[in-house]
Amino acid sequence: MKYTYYPGCSLRGTGRAYEESLLAVFRALDIELEELEDWNCCGATTYLSVDELTSYALAARNLALAEREHRDVIAPCAACYLVLNKTQRYMHDYPDIKLVVTRALAAIGLTCEDHVRVRHPLDILLHEVGLKTIAEKVKIPLKGLKVAPYYGCQIVRPYATFDDQHNPTSMDRLLEACGAKIVYYPLKTRCCGGSQKGTLPEIGLDLIHYLLSEAQKNGAEVIATVCPLCQFNLECFQKEAGNHPPISMPVLYFTQLMALALGASAKTIGLQRSLVSIAPVLAKKEIAYA
Amino acid sequence: MGAFGTHTMWTEVGMELKRTVKFEADRDPEFARWISHTVGGERIRQCLQCGLCSGSCPLSLYMDYTPRRLMHLSREGFKEEVLSSSSIWLCTACYACMVECPKKINVTHLMYALKQRAIEEGFYPKRFPIPVMAQQFSRMVRRSGRITESWLVVRVFLRSAILRLLGMSKLGLRLFLAGRMNVRKERIERRQEIVALLDSVAATRKELAL
Repeated sequence: MKYTYYPGCSLRGTGRAYEESLLAVFRALDIELEELEDWNCCGATTYLSVDELTSYALAARNLALAEREHRDVIAPCAACYLVLNKTQRYMHDYPDIKLVVTRALAAIGLTCEDHVRVRHPLDILLHEVGLKTIAEKVKIPLKGLKVAPYYGCQIVRPYATFDDQHNPTSMDRLLEACGAKIVYYPLKTRCCGGSQKGTLPEIGLDLIHYLLSEAQKNGAEVIATVCPLCQFNLECFQKEAGNHPPISMPVLYFTQLMALALGASAKTIGLQRSLVSIAPVLAKKEIAYA
Repeated sequence: MGAFGTHTMWTEVGMELKRTVKFEADRDPEFARWISHTVGGERIRQCLQCGLCSGSCPLSLYMDYTPRRLMHLSREGFKEEVLSSSSIWLCTACYACMVECPKKINVTHLMYALKQRAIEEGFYPKRFPIPVMAQQFSRMVRRSGRITESWLVVRVFLRSAILRLLGMSKLGLRLFLAGRMNVRKERIERRQEIVALLDSVAATRKELAL
């Protein structure tokens, strides 16, 4: 199996640990990822709010570059995943958008015929690799580590077809296959506020507050995320979120937990990049990792 | 229309009064036409006012007009109420409303359209960081093809809230020590392609008046 890999800007910045652990998981499962050559910013949600036509053109350059490889694209970042999928949809549904984008691509010698599939690592791991294979390759079982699976918004809504939009379970099942115990977490698709923490901090913190307290109330020892912005929001503002006493809970990417179980060493999957370390929890559970 | 507009006024006895019921004449029919012809607004006239959008919205409890009310006000042409509403800035584009809508109205996308229109017409609070962020974001994309988050944050706060930048410097330092803040700017090889792409979009838009 081989896929084209679209990292997105966050995975080279605050979400570096996501990239490191994702690559470790795919290496351990013998799946080849080839980075999309000269990829650019997808436009993200910021661009959409001021200039949507431009954001579709930016996303389409990546789609056009990916088409030349004739492989499915893996987009781990929630915003990238959404924007790339949305661009395909809108080019299909709105002739005006298609015209603008096609012309813009023609100006740089590219075409976009809409035949790449943009997929999420959750989808690939669950449906292409399968739980059985993953369970067989687990070297260090997570010994019932209590995980709150947090999906956030833009993975399952509005376009994902690989999981349920109200109660997604793909991450739950993948982590269970690694030996973790999934705690009841009904806020799993409730929004973390996204960039609201930067623009209207009072509101952003309020949303973060509820997500953290719900996880703690239900006995979680760690929150697993699929999005760099969710991870950032939930981990970096625990003191400010207004929980009394303040909650201190590790927030990791689901790929970090999976990579740990598959035997990768802590350094190679960015565990040292956490602001709230998971080491005490792992020590308590007597999970010995490399 | 009588003495009362929809704005608040002080009567001679010092009581604050406002006409809370809207009149036909307060409407802007052009705005109503625009919203039902914009991308995502095709089915707005079919809105049942069922309220699933407001019920599923995690931000509606902080909004002055909930999404359901905003849909109704927009399609009836109450432009000023809609564009000066805090709701359009509270929307985080989580798509919960869009998934729930029984009429498949693309509420999230309409929120984007309203944001754009509010920026175009100058309806936003002074020093509000969202337009500043969007502007800095697009500049960085044009120049480098990619976003370097650390530099974006610094630029946005320099232009909107310098004091908050100082407040966040401790977090910034911790992230930097964890290797999560880049000093080096991310950029793509063929940056001229991005410029050509963006210029082409602008030219086509002008030509077709989109």
